[in-house]
Amino acid sequence: MMKDNNVIQVENLSKLFGDFAAVNQISFQVKAGEIFGFLGANGAGKTTAMKMLIGISSPTSGKATVAGFDVYKETESIKKNIGYMSQKFALYDDLTVKENITFFGGIYGLSKKQIDQKRCELVEELGLQEVTNSLVASLPLGWKQKLAFSVSLLHEPKIVFLDEPTGGVDPITRRQFWEMIYKAAHNGTTIFVTTHYMDEAEYCDRVSIMVNGKIEALDTPKKLKEHYKTDTMNDVFLKLARG
Amino acid sequence: MGITISNISKSYGEITALSDISFDVKPGELFGLIGPDGAGKTTLFRILTTLLIADNGQATVAGYDVLNDYKSIRNSVGYMPGRFSLYQDLTVEENLNFFATIFGTTIEENYDLVKDIYVQIEPFKNRRAGKLSGGMKQKLALSCALIHKPKVLFLDEPTTGVDPVSRKEFWEMLKRLQKKGITILVSTPYMDEAALCDRIALIQDGNILEIDTPNAIVSHFPKPLYNISAHNMYNLIESLTNYEHTYSIFPFGEFVHYTDKRDPIDKASLKTYLEFQGLTDIKIEKTQPTIEDTFMELAK
Repeated sequence: MMKDNNVIQVENLSKLFGDFAAVNQISFQVKAGEIFGFLGANGAGKTTAMKMLIGISSPTSGKATVAGFDVYKETESIKKNIGYMSQKFALYDDLTVKENITFFGGIYGLSKKQIDQKRCELVEELGLQEVTNSLVASLPLGWKQKLAFSVSLLHEPKIVFLDEPTGGVDPITRRQFWEMIYKAAHNGTTIFVTTHYMDEAEYCDRVSIMVNGKIEALDTPKKLKEHYKTDTMNDVFLKLARG
Repeated sequence: MGITISNISKSYGEITALSDISFDVKPGELFGLIGPDGAGKTTLFRILTTLLIADNGQATVAGYDVLNDYKSIRNSVGYMPGRFSLYQDLTVEENLNFFATIFGTTIEENYDLVKDIYVQIEPFKNRRAGKLSGGMKQKLALSCALIHKPKVLFLDEPTTGVDPVSRKEFWEMLKRLQKKGITILVSTPYMDEAALCDRIALIQDGNILEIDTPNAIVSHFPKPLYNISAHNMYNLIESLTNYEHTYSIFPFGEFVHYTDKRDPIDKASLKTYLEFQGLTDIKIEKTQPTIEDTFMELAK
Protein backbone atom coordinates (compact mmCIF):
# COMPACT_ATOMS: atom_id res chain seq x y z
CA MET A 1 0.00 0.00 0.00
CA MET A 2 1.36 3.40 -0.94
CA LYS A 3 0.80 5.88 1.81
CA ASP A 4 0.12 9.49 0.90
CA ASN A 5 2.99 10.88 2.91
CA ASN A 6 5.63 8.60 1.34
CA VAL A 7 7.34 10.52 -1.44
CA ILE A 8 9.62 7.63 -2.29
CA GLN A 9 8.36 4.06 -2.11
CA VAL A 10 10.78 1.27 -3.04
CA GLU A 11 10.03 -2.46 -2.95
CA ASN A 12 12.53 -5.20 -3.82
CA LEU A 13 14.19 -3.00 -6.41
CA SER A 14 17.06 -4.65 -8.32
CA LYS A 15 19.41 -3.81 -11.13
CA LEU A 16 21.55 -6.47 -12.75
CA PHE A 17 24.48 -5.95 -15.09
CA GLY A 18 24.91 -9.44 -16.57
CA ASP A 19 25.22 -11.72 -13.55
CA PHE A 20 26.24 -8.88 -11.25
CA ALA A 21 23.54 -7.46 -8.96
CA ALA A 22 24.59 -3.82 -8.54
CA VAL A 23 21.38 -3.23 -6.58
CA ASN A 24 19.96 -6.32 -4.91
CA GLN A 25 16.31 -6.22 -3.78
CA ILE A 26 16.32 -3.00 -1.80
CA SER A 27 13.18 -1.75 -0.04
CA PHE A 28 12.59 1.53 1.79
CA GLN A 29 10.28 4.52 2.07
CA VAL A 30 11.03 8.22 2.42
CA LYS A 31 8.44 10.51 3.99
CA ALA A 32 7.54 14.02 2.85
CA GLY A 33 9.84 16.66 4.33
CA GLU A 34 12.35 14.09 5.53
CA ILE A 35 16.12 14.43 5.17
CA PHE A 36 17.16 10.95 4.06
CA GLY A 37 20.86 10.05 3.98
CA PHE A 38 21.82 7.41 1.43
CA LEU A 39 25.24 6.09 2.42
CA GLY A 40 27.55 3.33 1.30
CA ALA A 41 31.13 2.58 0.28
CA ASN A 42 32.33 3.33 -3.25
CA GLY A 43 30.89 0.63 -5.49
CA ALA A 44 28.13 -0.38 -3.03
CA GLY A 45 25.42 0.50 -5.57
CA LYS A 46 24.32 3.98 -4.45
CA THR A 47 24.68 5.64 -7.83
CA THR A 48 22.93 2.81 -9.64
CA ALA A 49 20.02 2.97 -7.18
CA MET A 50 19.81 6.75 -7.45
CA LYS A 51 19.78 6.60 -11.27
CA MET A 52 16.73 4.34 -11.13
CA LEU A 53 14.95 6.69 -8.73
CA ILE A 54 15.52 9.78 -10.87
CA GLY A 55 14.24 7.99 -13.96
CA ILE A 56 17.40 7.66 -16.04
CA SER A 57 17.95 3.92 -15.61
CA SER A 58 15.32 1.21 -15.84
CA PRO A 59 15.25 -1.36 -13.01
CA THR A 60 15.65 -5.10 -13.74
CA SER A 61 12.93 -5.99 -11.24
CA GLY A 62 10.97 -4.72 -8.26
CA LYS A 63 8.72 -1.71 -7.78
CA ALA A 64 9.32 1.93 -7.01
CA THR A 65 7.47 5.22 -7.14
CA VAL A 66 8.97 8.68 -6.76
CA ALA A 67 6.65 11.62 -6.07
CA GLY A 68 3.84 9.18 -6.87
CA PHE A 69 5.18 8.25 -10.32
CA ASP A 70 6.31 4.83 -11.49
CA VAL A 71 10.05 4.42 -12.22
CA TYR A 72 9.35 2.21 -15.25
CA LYS A 73 6.57 4.05 -17.05
CA GLU A 74 6.47 7.62 -15.80
CA THR A 75 10.10 8.69 -15.92
CA GLU A 76 9.29 12.00 -17.65
CA SER A 77 6.86 12.93 -14.85
CA ILE A 78 9.49 12.00 -12.29
CA LYS A 79 12.04 14.30 -13.91
CA LYS A 80 9.56 17.22 -13.82
CA ASN A 81 8.82 16.67 -10.13
CA ILE A 82 12.30 16.28 -8.73
CA GLY A 83 15.40 18.44 -8.37
CA TYR A 84 18.90 17.00 -8.86
CA MET A 85 22.39 18.21 -8.20
CA SER A 86 25.75 16.48 -7.99
CA GLN A 87 29.27 17.60 -7.39
CA LYS A 88 30.31 16.49 -10.83
CA PHE A 89 27.58 18.26 -12.74
CA ALA A 90 25.50 21.09 -11.46
CA LEU A 91 25.76 24.27 -13.50
CA TYR A 92 27.27 25.41 -16.81
CA ASP A 93 30.66 27.02 -16.12
CA ASP A 94 30.62 29.05 -19.32
CA LEU A 95 27.24 30.65 -18.67
CA THR A 96 26.77 33.53 -16.21
CA VAL A 97 24.86 33.17 -12.95
CA LYS A 98 21.84 34.87 -14.55
CA GLU A 99 22.03 32.71 -17.69
CA ASN A 100 22.21 29.49 -15.66
CA ILE A 101 19.11 30.43 -13.67
CA THR A 102 17.24 31.39 -16.84
CA PHE A 103 18.35 28.21 -18.61
CA PHE A 104 17.38 25.81 -15.84
CA GLY A 105 14.13 27.70 -15.18
CA GLY A 106 13.30 27.20 -18.86
CA ILE A 107 14.22 23.50 -18.75
CA TYR A 108 11.92 23.05 -15.74
CA GLY A 109 9.11 24.73 -17.69
CA LEU A 110 8.77 27.99 -15.75
CA SER A 111 7.35 31.08 -17.50
CA LYS A 112 9.56 34.10 -18.17
CA LYS A 113 7.77 36.00 -15.43
CA GLN A 114 8.26 33.19 -12.91
CA ILE A 115 11.93 32.91 -13.85
CA ASP A 116 12.49 36.67 -13.35
CA GLN A 117 10.80 36.56 -9.97
CA LYS A 118 12.70 33.44 -8.83
CA ARG A 119 15.98 34.90 -10.03
CA CYS A 120 15.51 38.08 -7.98
CA GLU A 121 14.63 36.08 -4.86
CA LEU A 122 17.54 33.71 -5.30
CA VAL A 123 20.18 36.38 -6.02
CA GLU A 124 18.98 38.33 -3.00
CA GLU A 125 18.96 35.32 -0.70
CA LEU A 126 22.43 34.11 -1.68
CA GLY A 127 23.89 37.63 -1.81
CA LEU A 128 24.97 37.23 -5.45
CA GLN A 129 24.05 40.79 -6.57
CA GLU A 130 27.66 41.62 -7.50
CA VAL A 131 28.20 38.53 -9.65
CA THR A 132 24.92 37.97 -11.52
CA ASN A 133 26.68 38.70 -14.82
CA SER A 134 29.87 36.80 -13.99
CA LEU A 135 30.62 33.37 -15.44
CA VAL A 136 29.87 30.56 -13.01
CA ALA A 137 33.44 29.29 -13.65
CA SER A 138 34.78 32.35 -11.79
CA LEU A 139 32.85 31.64 -8.56
CA PRO A 140 34.38 29.84 -5.57
CA LEU A 141 33.29 26.20 -5.34
CA GLY A 142 31.19 26.83 -2.24
CA TRP A 143 29.16 29.57 -3.96
CA LYS A 144 28.66 27.36 -6.99
CA GLN A 145 27.31 24.55 -4.84
CA LYS A 146 24.92 26.84 -2.99
CA LEU A 147 23.74 28.31 -6.29
CA ALA A 148 23.36 24.82 -7.78
CA PHE A 149 21.22 23.74 -4.84
CA SER A 150 18.97 26.79 -5.22
CA VAL A 151 18.70 26.15 -8.96
CA SER A 152 17.65 22.54 -8.30
CA LEU A 153 14.76 23.97 -6.23
CA LEU A 154 13.63 26.55 -8.86
CA HIS A 155 10.55 24.57 -9.92
CA GLU A 156 9.61 23.81 -6.29
CA PRO A 157 10.06 20.05 -6.62
CA LYS A 158 8.57 17.69 -4.01
CA ILE A 159 11.93 16.01 -3.63
CA VAL A 160 15.51 16.90 -4.38
CA PHE A 161 18.35 14.40 -4.95
CA LEU A 162 21.79 15.57 -3.86
CA ASP A 163 24.74 13.41 -4.92
CA GLU A 164 27.78 14.28 -2.77
CA PRO A 165 26.89 17.97 -2.84
CA THR A 166 29.63 19.10 -0.45
CA GLY A 167 32.75 17.20 -1.62
CA GLY A 168 35.84 19.41 -1.28
CA VAL A 169 33.85 22.41 0.00
CA ASP A 170 35.38 24.35 2.92
CA PRO A 171 33.98 23.56 6.39
CA ILE A 172 32.14 26.86 6.88
CA THR A 173 30.42 26.74 3.48
CA ARG A 174 29.65 23.06 4.02
CA ARG A 175 27.64 24.08 7.12
CA GLN A 176 25.93 26.98 5.36
CA PHE A 177 24.95 24.47 2.70
CA TRP A 178 23.40 22.22 5.34
CA GLU A 179 21.52 25.16 6.81
CA MET A 180 19.99 25.61 3.34
CA ILE A 181 19.06 21.92 3.33
CA TYR A 182 17.39 22.24 6.75
CA LYS A 183 15.45 25.25 5.52
CA ALA A 184 14.24 23.47 2.38
CA ALA A 185 13.18 20.44 4.46
CA HIS A 186 11.48 22.76 6.95
CA ASN A 187 9.47 24.16 4.02
CA GLY A 188 8.34 20.64 3.11
CA THR A 189 10.84 19.59 0.43
CA THR A 190 12.06 16.02 0.81
CA ILE A 191 15.86 15.69 0.72
CA PHE A 192 17.61 12.56 -0.56
CA VAL A 193 21.35 13.01 -0.06
CA THR A 194 24.57 11.00 -0.43
CA THR A 195 27.78 12.00 1.33
CA HIS A 196 31.15 10.67 2.46
CA TYR A 197 31.23 13.09 5.42
CA MET A 198 29.98 11.12 8.40
CA ASP A 199 29.19 14.24 10.43
CA GLU A 200 26.71 15.09 7.67
CA ALA A 201 25.11 11.69 8.11
CA GLU A 202 24.22 12.89 11.62
CA TYR A 203 22.26 15.81 10.13
CA CYS A 204 19.84 13.40 8.44
CA ASP A 205 16.52 12.34 9.95
CA ARG A 206 17.16 8.78 8.81
CA VAL A 207 20.12 7.09 7.20
CA SER A 208 20.46 3.96 5.08
CA ILE A 209 23.76 2.19 4.57
CA MET A 210 24.27 0.11 1.43
CA VAL A 211 26.77 -2.76 1.35
CA ASN A 212 27.31 -4.83 -1.81
CA GLY A 213 24.00 -3.84 -3.39
CA LYS A 214 21.86 -4.35 -0.29
CA ILE A 215 20.60 -2.00 2.39
CA GLU A 216 22.23 -3.36 5.54
CA ALA A 217 20.98 -0.73 7.97
CA LEU A 218 18.24 1.90 7.98
CA ASP A 219 17.26 4.03 10.97
CA THR A 220 17.79 7.35 12.70
CA PRO A 221 21.47 8.13 13.39
CA LYS A 222 20.71 7.89 17.12
CA LYS A 223 19.22 4.39 16.89
CA LEU A 224 21.97 3.18 14.57
CA LYS A 225 24.61 4.32 17.05
CA GLU A 226 22.75 2.62 19.90
CA HIS A 227 22.34 -0.57 17.92
CA TYR A 228 26.00 -0.80 16.93
CA LYS A 229 27.11 0.46 20.36
CA THR A 230 29.27 3.32 19.09
CA ASP A 231 29.39 7.09 19.57
CA THR A 232 29.74 8.17 15.98
CA MET A 233 28.24 7.40 12.58
CA ASN A 234 31.79 6.95 11.33
CA ASP A 235 32.15 3.86 13.55
CA VAL A 236 28.73 2.57 12.48
CA PHE A 237 29.86 2.91 8.88
CA LEU A 238 33.21 1.21 9.51
CA LYS A 239 31.50 -1.72 11.27
CA LEU A 240 29.05 -2.27 8.44
CA ALA A 241 30.78 -1.34 5.26
CA ARG A 242 33.64 -3.81 5.30
CA GLY A 243 30.95 -6.10 3.87
CA MET B 1 66.31 15.56 2.78
CA GLY B 2 62.80 16.83 3.43
CA ILE B 3 61.23 19.88 1.85
CA THR B 4 61.99 23.56 2.41
CA ILE B 5 59.69 26.29 1.16
CA SER B 6 60.68 29.96 1.49
CA ASN B 7 58.43 32.86 0.53
CA ILE B 8 56.80 31.11 -2.41
CA SER B 9 54.20 33.14 -4.32
CA LYS B 10 52.26 32.34 -7.45
CA SER B 11 49.55 34.25 -9.30
CA TYR B 12 47.47 33.40 -12.33
CA GLY B 13 46.67 36.79 -13.86
CA GLU B 14 44.88 38.70 -11.12
CA ILE B 15 44.21 35.62 -9.00
CA THR B 16 46.72 34.97 -6.23
CA ALA B 17 47.02 31.22 -5.77
CA LEU B 18 49.85 31.30 -3.20
CA SER B 19 50.84 34.32 -1.17
CA ASP B 20 54.33 34.28 0.36
CA ILE B 21 54.25 30.73 1.73
CA SER B 22 57.08 29.38 3.92
CA PHE B 23 57.41 26.13 5.82
CA ASP B 24 59.62 23.05 6.10
CA VAL B 25 58.81 19.37 6.04
CA LYS B 26 61.33 17.35 8.04
CA PRO B 27 62.89 14.19 6.62
CA GLY B 28 60.65 11.19 7.30
CA GLU B 29 57.72 13.36 8.34
CA LEU B 30 54.09 12.76 7.36
CA PHE B 31 52.96 16.32 6.74
CA GLY B 32 49.39 17.31 5.91
CA LEU B 33 48.29 20.28 3.84
CA ILE B 34 44.73 20.84 4.98
CA GLY B 35 42.34 23.15 3.18
CA PRO B 36 39.31 23.36 0.89
CA ASP B 37 39.23 23.42 -2.92
CA GLY B 38 40.86 26.56 -4.27
CA ALA B 39 43.14 27.06 -1.25
CA GLY B 40 46.29 26.69 -3.37
CA LYS B 41 47.24 23.14 -2.46
CA THR B 42 47.63 21.85 -6.02
CA THR B 43 49.62 24.91 -7.11
CA LEU B 44 52.11 24.25 -4.30
CA PHE B 45 52.38 20.57 -5.28
CA ARG B 46 53.05 21.50 -8.90
CA ILE B 47 55.79 23.96 -7.87
CA LEU B 48 57.47 21.40 -5.61
CA THR B 49 57.33 18.67 -8.25
CA THR B 50 58.89 21.12 -10.79
CA LEU B 51 55.85 21.17 -13.05
CA LEU B 52 55.21 24.88 -12.44
CA ILE B 53 57.58 27.78 -11.73
CA ALA B 54 56.85 30.08 -8.79
CA ASP B 55 56.74 33.87 -9.31
CA ASN B 56 58.85 34.43 -6.22
CA GLY B 57 60.64 32.49 -3.51
CA GLN B 58 62.78 29.37 -3.25
CA ALA B 59 62.09 25.73 -2.50
CA THR B 60 64.09 22.55 -2.18
CA VAL B 61 62.95 18.94 -2.28
CA ALA B 62 65.23 16.16 -1.03
CA GLY B 63 68.05 18.70 -0.97
CA TYR B 64 67.58 19.79 -4.59
CA ASP B 65 66.52 23.24 -5.77
CA VAL B 66 63.23 23.22 -7.66
CA LEU B 67 64.65 25.43 -10.44
CA ASN B 68 68.29 24.42 -10.87
CA ASP B 69 68.06 20.74 -10.01
CA TYR B 70 64.66 19.93 -11.47
CA LYS B 71 65.90 16.76 -13.17
CA SER B 72 67.26 15.37 -9.89
CA ILE B 73 63.95 16.15 -8.19
CA ARG B 74 61.98 14.32 -10.83
CA ASN B 75 64.11 11.23 -10.17
CA SER B 76 63.70 11.50 -6.40
CA VAL B 77 60.01 12.11 -5.91
CA GLY B 78 56.76 10.24 -6.41
CA TYR B 79 53.71 12.30 -7.33
CA MET B 80 50.09 11.22 -7.24
CA PRO B 81 48.05 14.07 -8.75
CA GLY B 82 44.47 14.75 -7.71
CA ARG B 83 43.11 13.68 -11.06
CA PHE B 84 43.65 10.09 -12.15
CA SER B 85 46.44 10.40 -14.70
CA LEU B 86 47.55 6.89 -15.52
CA TYR B 87 47.17 5.43 -18.99
CA GLN B 88 43.56 4.29 -19.19
CA ASP B 89 44.19 1.97 -22.13
CA LEU B 90 47.13 0.17 -20.55
CA THR B 91 46.49 -2.68 -18.13
CA VAL B 92 47.30 -2.47 -14.43
CA GLU B 93 50.55 -4.38 -14.92
CA GLU B 94 51.53 -2.42 -18.05
CA ASN B 95 51.10 0.88 -16.22
CA LEU B 96 53.30 -0.22 -13.34
CA ASN B 97 55.88 -1.64 -15.73
CA PHE B 98 55.87 1.58 -17.74
CA PHE B 99 56.55 3.77 -14.71
CA ALA B 100 59.29 1.42 -13.50
CA THR B 101 60.94 1.47 -16.93
CA ILE B 102 60.99 5.25 -17.41
CA PHE B 103 62.69 5.59 -14.04
CA GLY B 104 65.27 2.97 -15.09
CA THR B 105 64.18 0.26 -12.68
CA THR B 106 62.01 -2.85 -12.65
CA ILE B 107 58.94 -3.97 -10.74
CA GLU B 108 60.99 -6.80 -9.21
CA GLU B 109 63.71 -4.48 -7.88
CA ASN B 110 61.36 -2.41 -5.73
CA TYR B 111 58.49 -4.86 -5.31
CA ASP B 112 58.89 -4.82 -1.52
CA LEU B 113 57.85 -1.20 -1.34
CA VAL B 114 54.61 -1.56 -3.31
CA LYS B 115 53.79 -5.14 -2.31
CA ASP B 116 51.26 -4.27 0.44
CA ILE B 117 49.27 -2.12 -1.95
CA TYR B 118 49.84 -3.94 -5.21
CA VAL B 119 48.69 -7.37 -3.97
CA GLN B 120 45.23 -5.89 -3.54
CA ILE B 121 44.98 -5.08 -7.26
CA GLU B 122 47.15 -7.90 -8.61
CA PRO B 123 44.11 -10.14 -9.27
CA PHE B 124 43.09 -7.50 -11.84
CA LYS B 125 46.53 -7.01 -13.35
CA ASN B 126 45.28 -7.71 -16.87
CA ARG B 127 42.42 -5.23 -16.62
CA ARG B 128 42.77 -1.87 -18.33
CA ALA B 129 43.26 0.99 -15.87
CA GLY B 130 40.23 2.85 -17.28
CA LYS B 131 37.98 -0.04 -16.22
CA LEU B 132 39.04 -0.06 -12.56
CA SER B 133 36.85 1.15 -9.69
CA GLY B 134 37.78 4.36 -7.88
CA GLY B 135 39.45 2.58 -4.98
CA MET B 136 41.51 0.35 -7.26
CA LYS B 137 42.62 3.31 -9.42
CA GLN B 138 43.83 5.00 -6.28
CA LYS B 139 45.89 1.95 -5.29
CA LEU B 140 47.40 1.61 -8.76
CA ALA B 141 48.27 5.33 -8.83
CA LEU B 142 50.02 5.00 -5.49
CA SER B 143 51.92 1.90 -6.68
CA CYS B 144 53.08 3.78 -9.78
CA ALA B 145 54.19 6.76 -7.68
CA LEU B 146 56.27 4.43 -5.48
CA ILE B 147 57.81 1.98 -7.91
CA HIS B 148 61.08 3.95 -8.34
CA LYS B 149 61.56 4.15 -4.54
CA PRO B 150 61.17 7.91 -4.15
CA LYS B 151 62.67 9.83 -1.22
CA VAL B 152 59.69 12.18 -1.08
CA LEU B 153 56.10 11.32 -1.90
CA PHE B 154 53.55 13.96 -2.94
CA LEU B 155 49.90 12.97 -2.69
CA ASP B 156 47.37 15.55 -3.87
CA GLU B 157 43.97 14.79 -2.35
CA PRO B 158 44.33 11.01 -2.59
CA THR B 159 41.12 10.42 -0.64
CA THR B 160 38.71 12.97 -2.12
CA GLY B 161 35.42 11.28 -2.99
CA VAL B 162 36.59 8.07 -1.30
CA ASP B 163 34.35 6.39 1.29
CA PRO B 164 35.35 6.28 4.98
CA VAL B 165 36.43 2.63 4.91
CA SER B 166 38.80 3.03 1.98
CA ARG B 167 40.05 6.30 3.45
CA LYS B 168 41.00 4.53 6.66
CA GLU B 169 42.83 1.79 4.75
CA PHE B 170 44.66 4.38 2.66
CA TRP B 171 45.95 6.16 5.76
CA GLU B 172 47.11 2.88 7.26
CA MET B 173 49.13 2.37 4.06
CA LEU B 174 50.67 5.85 4.39
CA LYS B 175 51.75 5.11 7.95
CA ARG B 176 53.51 1.95 6.75
CA LEU B 177 55.31 3.87 3.98
CA GLN B 178 56.42 6.48 6.47
CA LYS B 179 58.04 3.73 8.57
CA LYS B 180 60.17 2.88 5.51
CA GLY B 181 61.69 6.38 5.70
CA ILE B 182 59.76 8.11 2.96
CA THR B 183 58.91 11.79 3.53
CA ILE B 184 55.25 12.34 2.69
CA LEU B 185 53.40 15.57 1.87
CA VAL B 186 49.69 14.88 1.55
CA SER B 187 46.78 17.25 0.99
CA THR B 188 43.19 16.67 1.98
CA PRO B 189 39.93 18.56 2.44
CA TYR B 190 38.94 16.08 5.22
CA MET B 191 39.77 17.61 8.59
CA ASP B 192 39.52 14.28 10.41
CA GLU B 193 42.52 13.03 8.41
CA ALA B 194 44.60 15.93 9.71
CA ALA B 195 44.78 14.25 13.12
CA LEU B 196 46.72 11.36 11.51
CA CYS B 197 49.61 13.58 10.36
CA ASP B 198 52.77 14.43 12.36
CA ARG B 199 52.29 18.11 11.56
CA ILE B 200 49.79 20.01 9.47
CA ALA B 201 49.49 23.34 7.72
CA LEU B 202 46.01 24.83 7.50
CA ILE B 203 45.74 26.66 4.18
CA GLN B 204 43.03 28.90 2.75
CA ASP B 205 43.01 31.42 -0.12
CA GLY B 206 46.75 30.98 -0.71
CA ASN B 207 47.70 31.77 2.88
CA ILE B 208 48.89 29.48 5.65
CA LEU B 209 46.61 29.98 8.65
CA GLU B 210 48.67 27.90 11.05
CA ILE B 211 51.37 25.20 11.14
CA ASP B 212 51.80 22.83 14.06
CA THR B 213 51.09 19.33 15.37
CA PRO B 214 47.38 18.42 15.34
CA ASN B 215 47.28 18.48 19.18
CA ALA B 216 48.89 21.91 19.40
CA ILE B 217 46.55 23.35 16.77
CA VAL B 218 43.51 22.12 18.66
CA SER B 219 44.87 23.54 21.94
CA HIS B 220 45.04 27.00 20.34
CA PHE B 221 41.26 27.19 20.10
CA PRO B 222 40.51 30.48 21.91
CA LYS B 223 37.24 29.89 23.75
CA PRO B 224 35.40 27.25 25.76
CA LEU B 225 33.36 25.16 23.30
CA TYR B 226 29.93 23.68 24.00
CA ASN B 227 27.86 20.88 22.46
CA ILE B 228 24.22 21.90 22.32
CA SER B 229 21.40 19.65 21.22
CA ALA B 230 17.60 19.92 21.18
CA HIS B 231 14.69 18.12 19.60
CA ASN B 232 14.68 20.28 16.45
CA MET B 233 18.01 21.07 14.79
CA TYR B 234 16.63 23.68 12.40
CA ASN B 235 14.98 25.72 15.19
CA LEU B 236 18.07 25.34 17.35
CA ILE B 237 20.34 26.79 14.66
CA GLU B 238 17.90 29.63 13.96
CA SER B 239 17.51 30.43 17.66
CA LEU B 240 21.25 30.42 18.40
CA THR B 241 22.01 32.49 15.29
CA ASN B 242 19.69 35.20 16.65
CA TYR B 243 20.92 34.97 20.27
CA GLU B 244 22.65 38.18 21.41
CA HIS B 245 25.49 36.41 23.23
CA THR B 246 26.42 33.99 20.43
CA TYR B 247 30.05 34.27 19.32
CA SER B 248 30.05 31.35 16.88
CA ILE B 249 27.68 28.53 16.06
CA PHE B 250 28.28 25.63 13.68
CA PRO B 251 26.30 22.42 13.15
CA PHE B 252 28.51 19.48 14.13
CA GLY B 253 26.97 16.06 13.66
CA GLU B 254 24.19 15.52 16.17
CA PHE B 255 25.19 18.70 18.07
CA VAL B 256 25.69 22.37 17.43
CA HIS B 257 29.15 23.64 18.43
CA TYR B 258 28.66 26.90 20.28
CA THR B 259 30.91 29.58 21.75
CA ASP B 260 29.65 32.47 23.83
CA LYS B 261 30.73 36.13 23.87
CA ARG B 262 30.59 36.12 27.66
CA ASP B 263 33.27 34.71 29.93
CA PRO B 264 32.11 32.72 31.74
CA ILE B 265 29.05 31.51 29.84
CA ASP B 266 25.66 31.77 31.60
CA LYS B 267 24.25 28.30 30.87
CA ALA B 268 21.02 28.85 32.78
CA SER B 269 20.02 31.97 30.85
CA LEU B 270 21.00 30.33 27.55
CA LYS B 271 18.77 27.37 28.37
CA THR B 272 15.88 29.62 29.36
CA TYR B 273 16.27 31.54 26.09
CA LEU B 274 16.15 28.29 24.08
CA GLU B 275 13.10 27.07 26.00
CA PHE B 276 11.43 30.39 25.31
CA GLN B 277 12.05 29.71 21.58
CA GLY B 278 9.97 26.55 21.92
CA LEU B 279 12.84 24.06 22.08
CA THR B 280 12.76 20.95 24.26
CA ASP B 281 15.27 18.22 25.25
CA ILE B 282 17.93 20.91 25.54
CA LYS B 283 21.41 19.71 26.46
CA ILE B 284 24.40 22.03 26.93
CA GLU B 285 27.76 20.37 27.64
CA LYS B 286 31.37 21.42 27.36
CA THR B 287 33.31 19.64 24.62
CA GLN B 288 36.82 19.44 23.14
CA PRO B 289 37.48 21.42 19.96
CA THR B 290 38.55 19.55 16.82
CA ILE B 291 40.83 20.63 13.99
CA GLU B 292 37.73 21.59 12.03
CA ASP B 293 36.62 23.96 14.84
CA THR B 294 40.04 25.56 14.83
CA PHE B 295 40.07 25.85 11.05
CA MET B 296 36.68 27.57 11.04
CA GLU B 297 37.71 29.94 13.83
CA LEU B 298 40.89 30.91 11.95
CA ALA B 299 39.11 31.18 8.58
CA LYS B 300 36.32 33.41 9.87
